[in-house]
Amino acid sequence: MIRSKDLLGIKELTPEEIYHILDTASGFRDVLRRDIKKVPPLRGKTVVSLFFEPSTRTKTSFALASKRMSADFVNFSVSTSSVVKGETIKDTALTIQALGADFVVVRHGSSGVPHLLSKILDISVINAGDGANEHPTQALLDLFTIQAHKKKFKDLTVAIIGDITHSRVAKSNIYALTKMGAKVRLICPPTLMPAEVEKLGVTVFHSIEEGIKKADVVMPLRLQLERQRKGFLPSVEEYFRLYGVTTDRMKLAKESAIVMHPGPMNRGVEIESALADGPKSVILEQVTNGLAVRMAVLYLLAGVKK
Amino acid sequence: MTILIKNGRLVDPSQNIDGTRDILIKNKKIEGIYPTGKGPDADKVIDASNCLVIPGLVDIHTHLREPGFEYKETIKTGTMAGVRGGFTTLCCMPNTKPVNDTISVTEFIIEKAAKEGACTVYPIGAITTGQNSEELTQLEALIRAGCRAFSDDGRPVTNSQIMRRALEYSKIFDVPVISHCEDLQLSEDGVMNEGFVSTIVGLKGIPKAAEETMVARDLSLCELTGGRLHIAHVSTAGSVKLIREAKSRGITVTAETCPHYFNLTDDAIISYDTNYKVNPPIRTPEDVEAIKAGLKDGTIDVIATDHAPHHLNDKEKEFDSAAFGMSGLETAFALSFHLVKHDLINLNDLLSKLCVNPSRLMRINKGTLSVGADADIAVVNPDTVYKVDSSQFLSKGKNSPFNKWTLTGSIEQTIAMGKVYDWT
Repeated sequence: MIRSKDLLGIKELTPEEIYHILDTASGFRDVLRRDIKKVPPLRGKTVVSLFFEPSTRTKTSFALASKRMSADFVNFSVSTSSVVKGETIKDTALTIQALGADFVVVRHGSSGVPHLLSKILDISVINAGDGANEHPTQALLDLFTIQAHKKKFKDLTVAIIGDITHSRVAKSNIYALTKMGAKVRLICPPTLMPAEVEKLGVTVFHSIEEGIKKADVVMPLRLQLERQRKGFLPSVEEYFRLYGVTTDRMKLAKESAIVMHPGPMNRGVEIESALADGPKSVILEQVTNGLAVRMAVLYLLAGVKK
Repeated sequence: MTILIKNGRLVDPSQNIDGTRDILIKNKKIEGIYPTGKGPDADKVIDASNCLVIPGLVDIHTHLREPGFEYKETIKTGTMAGVRGGFTTLCCMPNTKPVNDTISVTEFIIEKAAKEGACTVYPIGAITTGQNSEELTQLEALIRAGCRAFSDDGRPVTNSQIMRRALEYSKIFDVPVISHCEDLQLSEDGVMNEGFVSTIVGLKGIPKAAEETMVARDLSLCELTGGRLHIAHVSTAGSVKLIREAKSRGITVTAETCPHYFNLTDDAIISYDTNYKVNPPIRTPEDVEAIKAGLKDGTIDVIATDHAPHHLNDKEKEFDSAAFGMSGLETAFALSFHLVKHDLINLNDLLSKLCVNPSRLMRINKGTLSVGADADIAVVNPDTVYKVDSSQFLSKGKNSPFNKWTLTGSIEQTIAMGKVYDWT
């Protein structure tokens, strides 16, 4: 059972709820393998996406997930809407609700925006990424992918490498993986490590060789190239030398280790090109699984009594 | 017109009085203090049985918003909020629009306050023109017009040379220079305390060092110049330590904190409620304890409100873009009185920090019940328990994180320049 009408973050979910979402997604994953990929559960429902930051993959994934479930999907385009004319986010959200939407999928550069909308709106709010807070459907699809390969979470060692401070993907994965019993290692330069993050039950490494050792899952994050300008890093080249995930470094991880990436990748910055395309990579599987997980989220939230 | 307040427990640290007394007001001044029952007949009698009769509170850190931001607060509504909270003297910060950096703005504030204000208002002038940290304002002219102190509050004086000059030059006039301590590079884009909670909520943190490095700089400049440095809104344990150490070496510094820094911690921000957004940010339990210790041992001389009223439109938005500040005048007394209720400091010390010390700092004859002083008095019922309802604030700013809190100690009457405001 899912308790809330909204998916705000992994923080707010119990392990039981997470398993329930993964199990449901597993059913939809089978649907996606069929020739006819459309099922009827959300016929007559409307999903509106409200993205204040550019996104291709997440928005497209939500759009396809909605359509596979027979819901109507409408994109509220921020760059051409009244938002640029100075409308407040509250008024925008209320407008979308008044138009009859059942779900609003929101992405915003400020942490807490989905929480603000959830207080204002009666319809379901799905967080598609807020600031440096969370990106819950990404963590759910990552869990789904890990489960498909490793069959369990307990005592798995997952190494997350990169800009942890600014990464909502890292945050959601930390909550998700620790809740499921996995061991999480964070690897990054001290300038990109959030304050007191150890209190979340993770282990921090500044050396990739140390951190990647015997890992089951290796997950480099996208490095925003403007970090260099802000003084977090001396250079992108140095970052690749110190923290780039390469075929050589993967030899330190377990033989069976998989490589994941939330995309979009900077080849040659956080991940070596050959590795991304190699047999250990499950990066494209993640994308497909994302569809199934988002179908499951829509399906389950539709069933929550408002 | 004479007013007698009788049967109350009169507490006035400026005269070392703490006992049941009657007090008589005549022609807007304090006429006399008498043993209970011995007060003369008066035109109006206030029975203060079971109540405290204290000097009207003095706030040295208020944002009245006028001129320029009348939609947030006006001199009229801000002073009404003041008297509702037991304050009878407000010193207003210069970050208005235009900035109070010229005598025309100072005169405007003083005239407006005389005409529409519910209590006494002393303007604080800007240290630098336009608060841009580049050139000093005309200190002498501003003082002549009525400014009692100087501050670029809302912004630090980023140029250390200018801060040095301000501390030096202000010695001519024996006025305090109030420093908003913040290293803007370190606090850049931050919206809350940097720590475990900022990691959890994913909001950009402001490290304690952003405040403390500036406190350290200003203490050095104070030692160098012998100027009268006053540190505004102290929020961290490290700042308390720096100031304590400086005072022990005889540096002429004074310091204030605000009720939110000893009543709130940053974990409240997990809700993303923008009413908790304030600069400097609310910190950790360890900082709260250090602030309380600083109040107890005298490191922190003054409790000020940093009353920062905002319109709902400026708060009901994304946490990152919501305005900083809390509406503080109407809850400050009870939130501070809490310290007395819990035996952290005694009532005498509390009133020193709310009445006597702020008046001494500003060199004003306020915060006292001595004969001949202005009739500025608050009558407080120390036992009344009530629930805060910010929608009922007289301030235009309903932005209080203390809404729905249960507090003890109510303002029953406020007498400001002899005018009685009865809240019962």
